[in-house]
Amino acid sequence: MLDTMIDIVAGTFMILGCLMSLAAGIGMLRFPDLLSRMHAATKPQVLGLFLLLSALGLELRSWAVIPVLLLAWIVQLLTAPVSAHMVGRAGYRTRHLKRVTLVADELALVVEEAANRENTAHGQKPGSNRTDFID
Amino acid sequence: MNVVLWICATILSISAFLALIRLVKGPSILERVIATDVLLLIVSAALCIEMTVNRHTNNLMFVVLACLVGFVGSVTVSRYVTDRRNA
Repeated sequence: MLDTMIDIVAGTFMILGCLMSLAAGIGMLRFPDLLSRMHAATKPQVLGLFLLLSALGLELRSWAVIPVLLLAWIVQLLTAPVSAHMVGRAGYRTRHLKRVTLVADELALVVEEAANRENTAHGQKPGSNRTDFID
Repeated sequence: MNVVLWICATILSISAFLALIRLVKGPSILERVIATDVLLLIVSAALCIEMTVNRHTNNLMFVVLACLVGFVGSVTVSRYVTDRRNA
């Protein structure tokens, strides 16, 4: 009885974890620009992997394997924000985004200040060779 | 468990196909990096499901290594993406 219940829960977790990957695939195809595609692509990274690993832990039915599963999940949890930050920053700097879709843009001020500082450090007029963002 | 395996395999195949389409179409290299990341995640999800169905933990280190490889890959590529129009 308990075995069947655990099996059902594990099966549900597996299917839900796979649906996260499907959501990532559909979102990557249908979303308009880089940042929203990134938003879709990070769905299976944390929640999907968590569901699949907990299904594995439920199905193995041993406590000894839980630390290894936690290690796998925590490594993913630590590395996913860093790589998403790097990709998003590079995408912002190379203007791979639709600025119409943004609600708030707090990075524009920082980028402009950095460009001005660099230009004054190299003895140029501030903001001289800065091209406007392309939508 | 067999039914769950078939459902999961179908869903993962469809999502891998969608990620491959984005990998081919992707207008910039950053989109291709994201699509490759998703593809790697789908592979690690398939490894997890295989372990769950057959009840062993042989592939768990591959799952950890897959995340690390994806991390290093996307960080490296996005570090060296620069604006060619301004350079």
